[in-house]
Amino acid sequence: MASENDLTGRSGVEELPIIGPGHTYATVSDKLTAVVLLDRIRKSWVLGLAISFAFVMLFLMSVTVLFLKGTGIWGLNVPVMWGFAIVNFVWWIGIGHAGTLISAILLLLRQEWRTSINRFAEAMTLFAVACAGMFPILHLGRPWVFYWLMPYPNTMALWPQFRSPLVFDVFAVSTYATVSLLFWYVGLLPDLANLRDRAKNKFAQVIYGAMSMGWRGSARHWARYQTSYLLLAGLATPLVVSVHTIVSYDFAVSVVPGWHTTVFPPYFVAGAIFSGFAMVLTLAIPLRAVYDLKDFITDRHLENMAKVMLATGLIVAYGYLMEDFIAWYGENEYEFFMMLGPGRPFGPYWLFYWGLIACNIVIPQLLWFRFARRNVIVLWLISIVVNVGMWLERFIIVVTSLSQDFVPANWQQYTPTFWDWSLYLGTIGVFFCLLFLFIRVLPAIAISEMQELAYEVDHRKSLGNDGHGKGDSSHA
Amino acid sequence: MDVTHPDLYGYIAEFKSPTELVSAATKAREAGYRRMEAHSPFPVEGLAEAIGFRKNRIPAIVFTAGLLGGLGGFTMQYFASVIDYPLNIGGKPLNSWPAFIPVTFECTILAAAFAAVFGMLFLNGLPMPYHPVFSVEKFVRASHDRFFLFIRWDDDQFHEQETRSFLEGFSPESLSEVRP
Repeated sequence: MASENDLTGRSGVEELPIIGPGHTYATVSDKLTAVVLLDRIRKSWVLGLAISFAFVMLFLMSVTVLFLKGTGIWGLNVPVMWGFAIVNFVWWIGIGHAGTLISAILLLLRQEWRTSINRFAEAMTLFAVACAGMFPILHLGRPWVFYWLMPYPNTMALWPQFRSPLVFDVFAVSTYATVSLLFWYVGLLPDLANLRDRAKNKFAQVIYGAMSMGWRGSARHWARYQTSYLLLAGLATPLVVSVHTIVSYDFAVSVVPGWHTTVFPPYFVAGAIFSGFAMVLTLAIPLRAVYDLKDFITDRHLENMAKVMLATGLIVAYGYLMEDFIAWYGENEYEFFMMLGPGRPFGPYWLFYWGLIACNIVIPQLLWFRFARRNVIVLWLISIVVNVGMWLERFIIVVTSLSQDFVPANWQQYTPTFWDWSLYLGTIGVFFCLLFLFIRVLPAIAISEMQELAYEVDHRKSLGNDGHGKGDSSHA
Repeated sequence: MDVTHPDLYGYIAEFKSPTELVSAATKAREAGYRRMEAHSPFPVEGLAEAIGFRKNRIPAIVFTAGLLGGLGGFTMQYFASVIDYPLNIGGKPLNSWPAFIPVTFECTILAAAFAAVFGMLFLNGLPMPYHPVFSVEKFVRASHDRFFLFIRWDDDQFHEQETRSFLEGFSPESLSEVRP
């Protein structure tokens, strides 16, 4: 215990280092630009890209067949008119949320440990939102006229129905995608300039040069940049909460048993962050092993993310509990049937339901124990389990409520077809393909922010030697 | 000040640490230099103030754009649902403003975010594909591990010899002329 106490900071919480020892701003820049510029093409990267590209082909094939034959190729029926497309939409958009949370909310809260994970978490957000956005559009039946959902003066003199959550969704998701892209690009600007200056080959110089827009790190530029970046973070923070709240309105505004619940907005947001952090962990653990980035994505990062995952998982559990409690306390027989009767736990989808309870509530409790948070393999497996669990949650919410609604004569089971699965797996391929390309051509860790952090940590250390603890409070 | 003299854009001094750069910039400002730039690979606390940057207009721009975006979003919905295409659904009011909040909110955020990014780029004069400092060979390290102080030729105080020796007084790593 004595050695543990030595690591204990003033706050009484044990602090692992935020960045590996011996790094200065020069070594940080060297190491991180080398990943993009000097690294030879690795076999593992090619293999990963090839596998995910095969799934991109599967995606293209399923979209083609869908366009030729229509949504009848899916397992949809009446009353289950929302199947995999909506399940996957909600799942993907939830995964995106951790990226914004890490980059915006933790920035505002001055959590320095976010620095090394924000860039690729933001990239993950962008790619997840791209995958999410495809589903509702493909689900339209006539996807080529999706722009009818946009308010524009058209020859039919028609407007979208602004009182509908489905139109809220269009605004929320497109705004979210745009703001995430802007935030990501602004964060990239200084790093693109760094790559422009380090690049040896002409082609790379021109591309990075054009993308960095002539950034030269002037103090005036930095001052405006920092203000604008902080404001973007401040704007993205309520935005990220609004997006999943609005997604939950798609359900909560209806009167379908199992959907008509006021706890939906907060519990959807918590679930989104839960699954998003799970996905960040799923990606970060192999990434740091393959690219030898353990100095930057440290065990402390993994442990902090595990703690966020545990906390949001408990909020999600509270959401389930409240759904059940209100179903019982509200004495609405349809709600009771769905929540506590043959609807979800004891009906035809019982396996999915109990799988969801196991994946989202029972197994993540391991994160209370330090060994689970510190052991990367265990943590990685838990993060995958949570991803599966959150997908099951969306499946349960969408499918069970629709398949057994008010009139038993209408009841129908939903069975996904090959084309449901192929589209789902296809978007996973798109997501990973984009990620593989991203880590090859752009810095997966924000270089200038890491340099700043390395400098501050260094600076603080030297201050700490002279006057105890002074450096710490000046940066708090 | 020689406005017609574009041969020499100024002098740029290279420093090894942010602290040296901040102190050099402060002293240059005290010596009366106004048109200078400081370049660093990462934001350095107090550097912008040291070279005399005071007026940051980004917050005002973002606030205005957000306000306009929100008003625009609400007006659009009001116009569509009350004036241009009124539909009576179950006797619900045409101007059902609570239902208009989500779209209004999203429009606010979208306009403000665009203003934050494009306002920043515009005020910084970006994109600027070429700038005279890029002609200095050592300047590639400005994004890596070196810190630069650049005194421009159009400064009232600028003098080919005096400014040079003034900068040399800080004993920088290197001192280069910036040429177009």
